[in-house]
Amino acid sequence: MPATYESIATHTIPSTTASYTFTSIPATYTDLVLIVNGKNISSDQGLTCQVGTGSIDTAANYSCTYLLGSGTSSASGRFTSDTNGLIGRMGNDNSTSIAHFMNYSNTTTKKTILSRGNNGAYAIAHVVLWQGTTAIDTIKVFNLTSVSFAAGVVLTLYGIKAA
Amino acid sequence: MANTYIQIGSTVTIGSGGSSTIDFTSIPNTYTDLILVMSGRLTTSGYDGTPWVVGAISLNGTVIASGKLLFGTGSASGSDNNAQAAFISDTDATANTFSSMSMYLPNYQSSNNKSISLDVVTENNGTASLLGLQAILSTVTSAITSITLTSNGSGAFAQYTTAALYGIKNS
Repeated sequence: MPATYESIATHTIPSTTASYTFTSIPATYTDLVLIVNGKNISSDQGLTCQVGTGSIDTAANYSCTYLLGSGTSSASGRFTSDTNGLIGRMGNDNSTSIAHFMNYSNTTTKKTILSRGNNGAYAIAHVVLWQGTTAIDTIKVFNLTSVSFAAGVVLTLYGIKAA
Repeated sequence: MANTYIQIGSTVTIGSGGSSTIDFTSIPNTYTDLILVMSGRLTTSGYDGTPWVVGAISLNGTVIASGKLLFGTGSASGSDNNAQAAFISDTDATANTFSSMSMYLPNYQSSNNKSISLDVVTENNGTASLLGLQAILSTVTSAITSITLTSNGSGAFAQYTTAALYGIKNS
């Protein structure tokens, strides 16, 4: 069986920090899977990202639709022309976010990200559109607000090959 | 670079006699994350006439007891503080239809509580079906060495139910 689910990079947050950025992501895969496991130093927050080619795109080129359940109610909403795209959920308890970056290295289409967030407050799903048409080789991961990651958060990026 | 998505042990396939549990034991510590997938059906009818019932998942013998469920049934949607997990098709579902479940457990060797992402569907071309997204938190803080799926009722996992466990390496 060919190797189609390969670890590109993994990072464990050594001490409280606000973000982590994957750089120089090779274009040799078809899709990317990002796994983030750990907790924040304080409150429940949306986990978000900015992507780009050679640098992070901080312009209003992201849109997002979400569906969430809090245990007592469900809701859906949208953000358009935003400066980042939600890819999960982090809390002050152990949390897991899984994001799929589809066809990330093509240089023709805008890119879609599908994700699931899981913490003690919410089960949540997102779809994000980044309006860049260049290959993604940089991904910055951070919380929507200024809440930092606690030490021990593990971020791992995997590459998926279609063949 | 090595392939990092590797099956652990063999696929469990339930035989004609059925079984009330599916066990994965002696899980090695050589991976970073675990993925459990199941195609399942029970031999019993649910208590409420829906074509699904809840099962249970245990880590190291401790039943998962905390979770947030986001669901849609085709006619309604909502959320629940569901302490159980792994919805499974029952005998109210169309014959020969099996639910599908995928469970992702990262950092299973850590000393933290375990945060799990679980997706499940019970599509059966009937009047109702369940699509569930679950955020699960287990209080087990030791490294996970066993996972048990339980039918959680009088019924059993039906013949042809299958389950497989995969290990993911981040290096």
